[in-house]
Amino acid sequence: MKNLLELMGVEPDRIHFSWISSAESTKFVQVVNEIAEKVKALGPNRHFVKQEAKVA
Amino acid sequence: MITYSNKIKEIAKRLLKECRAEMVIGFRKGSIPMMNEPCFVRTDEQADDLVWDSHCGINLANYLTSRDEKIAIVAKGCDSRNIVNHIVENKINREQLYIIGVPCQGMVDKRKILAQTEGEVLQITETENGQITVKSANGEKTFSKSDVIQQNCSVCIQPNPVLYDEMVADPVQGQTDIDQFADVRALEAMSTEEKRAYFDELLAPCIRCYACRNACPLCYCPTCFVDESKPQWLGKSQDIMDIKTFHFLRAYHCAGRCTDCGACERACPVGINMRILTKKLNKDCLDLYDWQAGMSIDKRPALDVYQTNDPEKFIK
Repeated sequence: MKNLLELMGVEPDRIHFSWISSAESTKFVQVVNEIAEKVKALGPNRHFVKQEAKVA
Repeated sequence: MITYSNKIKEIAKRLLKECRAEMVIGFRKGSIPMMNEPCFVRTDEQADDLVWDSHCGINLANYLTSRDEKIAIVAKGCDSRNIVNHIVENKINREQLYIIGVPCQGMVDKRKILAQTEGEVLQITETENGQITVKSANGEKTFSKSDVIQQNCSVCIQPNPVLYDEMVADPVQGQTDIDQFADVRALEAMSTEEKRAYFDELLAPCIRCYACRNACPLCYCPTCFVDESKPQWLGKSQDIMDIKTFHFLRAYHCAGRCTDCGACERACPVGINMRILTKKLNKDCLDLYDWQAGMSIDKRPALDVYQTNDPEKFIK
């Protein structure tokens, strides 16, 4: 999934997969922080957004 | 090619007579040149319509989904791989089928011929040694078949049927030293921006007619995700994001199942090469799981089995 999204031009750092057990709270926090940091660095996703239909 | 056609007719007649099959699925001449159409032969007279030439690119496995009767089907390499897919996915029983295998020498891309021909194409003939003569309103022109072959056929690794009950001719020599995925690799090497621009341009002409889906033997869901309205998975507009999402998801439904038969690209009225998406998935399946779809009825598909050594690098 990640490979094809990347092929279509989504930045690699925007997509993350992780397996976290409900008992692994520390890992959860760590992964979320890491992802947030990486996505913030990329900035908002302006490319894969559907524009609102223009109404006259 | 004439010998192929005659042999197919002969086999079809014999099977119908012996009641080995209630119906033979094959090709007959279409109403315009280069457009052979699928036909369902049930009688001796209809069997005379059957033909085989370089314009039989449609994947006949598409017509097998959930049929009840005994069917004989004409199958080239890729068709046979899709028949295997159908059997593995329980869409048809092996026992119902009589597969008439055709060693394939590649199918002609009609767009390549039309691009190089002036005026309406009136007639097209081919010789056994790979010369194709096109008679158009403006005169006559001869092509070498290898120049006007479909792109997927030029990188085909399985021209001979993988599964058959009878062959119409001796197997042809398959290609061995070809790079199947050169185009995918070139795309992978691009930067994120370039990739995005590539797909913006590639998919811009898409009119969302879903011909690619309809021609695809893998797409047999009773209601396709694009047609569902409750819930609506996908916008129905011509917005590039909706188009991209459609092509992305359609490709994904073919992951580990696509045989690169080229039916989707062939059916596309605006000539989009959407095969690049499924090819990327084929490449990943080959690299990660050593899997190629439709090669054997005894193996379960890559995405259908779990193995402890499955690659999991993408999971943190």
